[in-house]
Amino acid sequence: MRGDAMIRPGTDDGRVTAGQVAGLGAGMVVMVGLAFVASPYHLFQLTMLVAYACAVLGLTILTGINGQISLGHGAFFAIGSYTSAILMANYDWPYWTTIPPAAVASALVGFLIGFPALRLGGLYLALTTFSLAVAVPQILKVNALEGLTGGVQGLTTDKPDTPFGLPLSSDQWIYLFTLAIGAVVFLLAWNLARGRTGRAMKAVRDHPVAAEAMGINLAALKTRTFAVSAMFTGIAGALSTIAVQFVAPDSFNFLLSITIFVGLVVGGVDSIIGALFGGAFIELVPNIANDISKAAPGAIYGLILIGFMFLMPRGVAGALTGLGRRIAGTRRPVGAAAALTVGPAPDSAAARSAQRR
Amino acid sequence: MIGLAHQITSGIANGSIYASVALALVMIYQSTHHLNFAQGEMATLSTYICLTLIDAGFPYWGAFAIALAASFVMGLLTERILMRPMLNAPPLSAVGVFIGLLLLINAFDGWVWDYVIKPFPSPFGGSNAVLGGFVSPHELGETVVTLAMLLAIYLFFRHTTLGLAMRAAAYNPVSSRLCGVRVNRMLGLGWGLAAAIGGIAGIMVAPIVFLDPNMMGGILLYAFAGALLGGIDSPLGAVIGGFTVGVIENLFGAYVVGTELKLTVALIIIVAVLLVKPAGLLGRTVQSRV
Repeated sequence: MRGDAMIRPGTDDGRVTAGQVAGLGAGMVVMVGLAFVASPYHLFQLTMLVAYACAVLGLTILTGINGQISLGHGAFFAIGSYTSAILMANYDWPYWTTIPPAAVASALVGFLIGFPALRLGGLYLALTTFSLAVAVPQILKVNALEGLTGGVQGLTTDKPDTPFGLPLSSDQWIYLFTLAIGAVVFLLAWNLARGRTGRAMKAVRDHPVAAEAMGINLAALKTRTFAVSAMFTGIAGALSTIAVQFVAPDSFNFLLSITIFVGLVVGGVDSIIGALFGGAFIELVPNIANDISKAAPGAIYGLILIGFMFLMPRGVAGALTGLGRRIAGTRRPVGAAAALTVGPAPDSAAARSAQRR
Repeated sequence: MIGLAHQITSGIANGSIYASVALALVMIYQSTHHLNFAQGEMATLSTYICLTLIDAGFPYWGAFAIALAASFVMGLLTERILMRPMLNAPPLSAVGVFIGLLLLINAFDGWVWDYVIKPFPSPFGGSNAVLGGFVSPHELGETVVTLAMLLAIYLFFRHTTLGLAMRAAAYNPVSSRLCGVRVNRMLGLGWGLAAAIGGIAGIMVAPIVFLDPNMMGGILLYAFAGALLGGIDSPLGAVIGGFTVGVIENLFGAYVVGTELKLTVALIIIVAVLLVKPAGLLGRTVQSRV
């Protein structure tokens, strides 16, 4: 049952098919093409969609691929966002140079959070990361740091101009810039997940003891995964600062972390491309909910979320994979093994990996 | 010294609320291995129902009883409509449903009862401090009510056949089913009971923190911390953890960091304790065969 995961066709064996390349190329062409037809408001939405997709991607690496739960990724988003804003507003760095420092800062904090994470699993890790999400906005508001962070008022940055005299509006340029960075981040994550390190991460998720027996250094792998995951989410934060040109502590409350988590679950926890659907859900569904009911948009959002979970319990990516298999006629009874698991320890690693599929 | 004693007693009063919500969380966790993120919002809804009944002219304890019955039904329905279809879904999808429910109830409360902060009546009368000035009558009454409830829950689970059946269904559903326990019905009952416990906590805390749709947000977090501190699979641990968190939170808020950072500090302390004792104070360490 467990060995089955290793021979799952198409997804896990690391080979890149011509179909995948064609699909990604077509998707990229559409995304770039949108820059020339969308209105400024829609361009802003698309920019934020890409940024949120990168944020969800960080969580995909950590939770979906490595099996460590985080309810605090909003904190890394905030760290990336603030690093970028502080460098731009206080030190006059050009916007594009702030992305590497934002990546490094959030990766560093992620690495440090990875250490308590080694001792705490499941819900305990969820609480630890959640306290980080609660703590960060409070720390950003602390008076002693006001000179740096702008306190409750936050920081405002300049809107980036189109460089090289390109015939693009500023909004179009910001979108294309974000899209380019996003594409690089997704490519990195995809390579990571299907390579040797990615297989090690999945092995640790599915059976830590066996993975360690096979020679994987559990502590090093888990802390580094945390760092990489935080880095992706931190880059997303920097991208959002460049797009919004404003940061304030209250934009990074714990609801942001919950939102990123929702994006993960809606997109499909262990799918790289699912993160894109997650980003779309985060950016678009609140607006849709607002259009349906001005009185209680939160209720509509909640209903839509519950509906997604009922109709696509494995996320959009999972549903698409299932659909693809059905069309190709190679659907295998993947649910059967899970349904038969009635073991005494429902939280054992084996049961969890069986449930996940 | 008087000040310290006062902080501790009011910490215990807060702690009784955290302990109740923590107990509700642990009850759901034991039987489903899910953490009900919507527990706090369900309690807020119960509190609004109670307030509406009081405003409609019902006597306090009558409104209290009806609100608890309504919470019980609400818990039952949540299990039947939302959770049972998710039984075989991936665990994280169930978390998604909980978050959806949380947002749904929160927005519903705000839509029906408005987002303004409302005062809530206390059944324990005036503001004259009792017991030598340490504690307000409401804090005392609240602590007594929650302690009585905890005792009743203990007696129910320990000394009734139904309680035994519910524990069996949570501990080992397959064997229980073979012994003739209606496992699904027990699950629903557990949800109903947890919702009612949460409802008591909501109604008892509302006179202190005032009622608004986000009333239980912070409380749920403390309760979550309390449940983990005591050990997520131990009801007694949850109660002890809840009281501990209440006292820690109050003492640090009053003497060390001020109210601004007290949530952060309380959480850091709890995480520090968990690093030393990862399964919580009374939790079982799960050993798994490889």
